[in-house]
Amino acid sequence: MSPDAVPGGAPTVAGPPALTPPPGAVRATPLAVLGGAWFALAPILLAGLVGLPVVGLLTRVPPAALLARLGDGAVRDALALSLVTGLAATALVVALGLPVAWLLARGRMPGGRGVEALVLLPMVMPPTVAGFALLMAFGRAGLAGRALAVAGLSLPFTTAATVLAQAFMSAPFFILAARAGFAAVDPRLLDAAASLGAGELGLFARVALPLSHRALLAGAAMCAARALGEFGATITFAGNLRGVTQTMPLAVYVAMQSDLDTAALLSVLLLVMALLLLLGLGAAARSGVFGGLDADGRRR
Amino acid sequence: MAPPWIRARDAIVALLVGSALIQPFSAAAASHSKSTSAVTVTVFAAASLTEAFDELARDFETAHPGTTVRCSYAGSQQLAAQLAAGARADVFASADTRWMSDAVSQGRIDGEPRVFARNVLAVIVPAANPARIDRFQQLARPGVKLVICAASVPAGRYARELLSRLEAVPGAGPGWSAKVLANVVSEEDNVRGVVGKVALDEADAGIVYRSDLLASLRRAVRMVPVPDSLNVVAEYPLAVVKDAPTGALARAFADFVCSAEGQRVLAAHGFRAALATP
Repeated sequence: MSPDAVPGGAPTVAGPPALTPPPGAVRATPLAVLGGAWFALAPILLAGLVGLPVVGLLTRVPPAALLARLGDGAVRDALALSLVTGLAATALVVALGLPVAWLLARGRMPGGRGVEALVLLPMVMPPTVAGFALLMAFGRAGLAGRALAVAGLSLPFTTAATVLAQAFMSAPFFILAARAGFAAVDPRLLDAAASLGAGELGLFARVALPLSHRALLAGAAMCAARALGEFGATITFAGNLRGVTQTMPLAVYVAMQSDLDTAALLSVLLLVMALLLLLGLGAAARSGVFGGLDADGRRR
Repeated sequence: MAPPWIRARDAIVALLVGSALIQPFSAAAASHSKSTSAVTVTVFAAASLTEAFDELARDFETAHPGTTVRCSYAGSQQLAAQLAAGARADVFASADTRWMSDAVSQGRIDGEPRVFARNVLAVIVPAANPARIDRFQQLARPGVKLVICAASVPAGRYARELLSRLEAVPGAGPGWSAKVLANVVSEEDNVRGVVGKVALDEADAGIVYRSDLLASLRRAVRMVPVPDSLNVVAEYPLAVVKDAPTGALARAFADFVCSAEGQRVLAAHGFRAALATP
C-alpha cells in the first residue's frame, strides 16, 4: 500500500486503476457474488459430507450394545493386531524414513528426483494395486520371494506381511513431513555447526533432529493414522485371518456382511483412535510445524 | 465503479463458473431421461456366476433390443447386506438359500425364489503343486497353506461342510477336518478371491466351486479329486427384487435364466441343472 494513499479513497498518485477495492467498499460484481456464495456454501457442504457419516456412525447403535460387543474375541483380536502392527509399521517407517528424508532435504540423495518420486509413489497408488504389486515382489513366486523362500521365509499370510503393507502405504506421509521439517531448519545454524566441526551425522543428530522434532512427530502421527486405516494392500497381500492378519479395517469389512453391531463398534473404536491421533496432530500444528514459525518459534 | 474491461472479465468468469456448476445437474438430467428410453436391468449375482451371467446378459440384450443388463458380482452375503441397506436392484441370484432367505426376511424380495442352478465343490492346487498334494487327505498335513472363504460366504460354509463329510473317508477320520481348518491362512470374502490366490501360486490349496475351473485357468490350477457321493451340492436360488426399477423386464430376465436356453448356458459354464423344472 502506498503511503500516499488516502484512507477510504483512491490513491492520490496517478497510475493504473485500483484492482483492489478500498477498505469498506462493497463491490457487487457477478464474480464477487458467486465467490461469496462459494465461500459460504463450501464449509457447510464439507462439514455435512464429513460430519454426517460420523454422526451416523455414533448414533446407529446404542452405547450399551456397543460395549457388550467389546468382549467378543474377534473384536479384541482385531484391536490388538491393529495396535501391534500399526506401531511396528510406524517404527519401521521412522527408522528407514529419517535418513531418506534427511538426504532428500540436503539434496544429497543419489538419483535425487527419481528416488523422491519412488518414495512418494505409494501415496498415489490405489491400495489394491499396491497389494498386488507387493505380491509380485514378495509373493512365493515373486522377485524377492524366491530368495526369501531359499532362506526359509515366506511373507504372504503372515503378520509381518501386514506390517509391510502398512509401512508401504504410510511411508510417504512421514517422509514428506520429515523432509519439510529438516528443510525448515535454519541453514545458518547448520553452517555454524559445520564450521565448529560437526560432520554430516552430527548435523543430523544434534542440530536438525532436535529442531524439527515437532514436524517429525506430526509425520509419525500421520503415518500411524494411515497404517491403522490400511485395508486394500493388507487384504490383497497379507490375507484375512483372525488374530494373524485381520486388522480392524478388515474386521469391519467382514463384520459388515453379517453383524452390523460388531462393525459399528469396530468403526467407533477406529474413529476414536483416529481422533486421538488428530488431536496430537493439532497440537503439533499449533506449535507452528506447518509453517508460519521458524525453528525458534518466532514468526518468519 | 470498475473500468469496463474489468467488469467484462468478471462477467465472463462468472458465466464460466456458473455454467460449470450447472453441468453436473444437466448431465444427470440427461442421463435420467436416457435411462428411461434405454432400460438397464441391474442383477446382483454371486461371484461364481460371473462368466455364465455375462453370457446370459448378452443373450438377453440381443433378444430385447434397447435393454442393458448390468451385473454386480460379489459374495452372496455382501449382496444380501447391500439389499438390506436399500440398494436398488432388479434380480438377486444367490449361491445359497441362506442369504436368499435373509433377503426375504428383510422384505426385499418379490414373490417366491426359484432354484435355477446347482454346483459342487472342487479342491484345487496350483499347477506347479508346491506342496505336493495329490490326495485330499494331505490337506491336513502341517504347514499346508489352505485358502477358503469366510464362514459367512456360501462357498465358505459349503467348504466347511465338505471337510466334515470327508472325515468318513479312510485316511481322514475324526478330527481330520479340524486339522485341515487349522491350515487355513486366509479367509476370502468371495470364491474368486480363493481362485486368485491359488492361481497366483500363493496358496498351496483352495476349495472352490467346480464351475470355477474355467478354461482360462487350465494352466494355472489343477483339481484334487474328492468322492462324488460326499461332495456338497450347492443350490442357487434366484428372485426378483421388490420394487424392481424395471418391473416386467426383471421378471423376464429371471424367467430367461430358468428357461431351457438359460439352463443350457449355465450347463456350458460348469453348473449342474436345477432339480425341478420352473
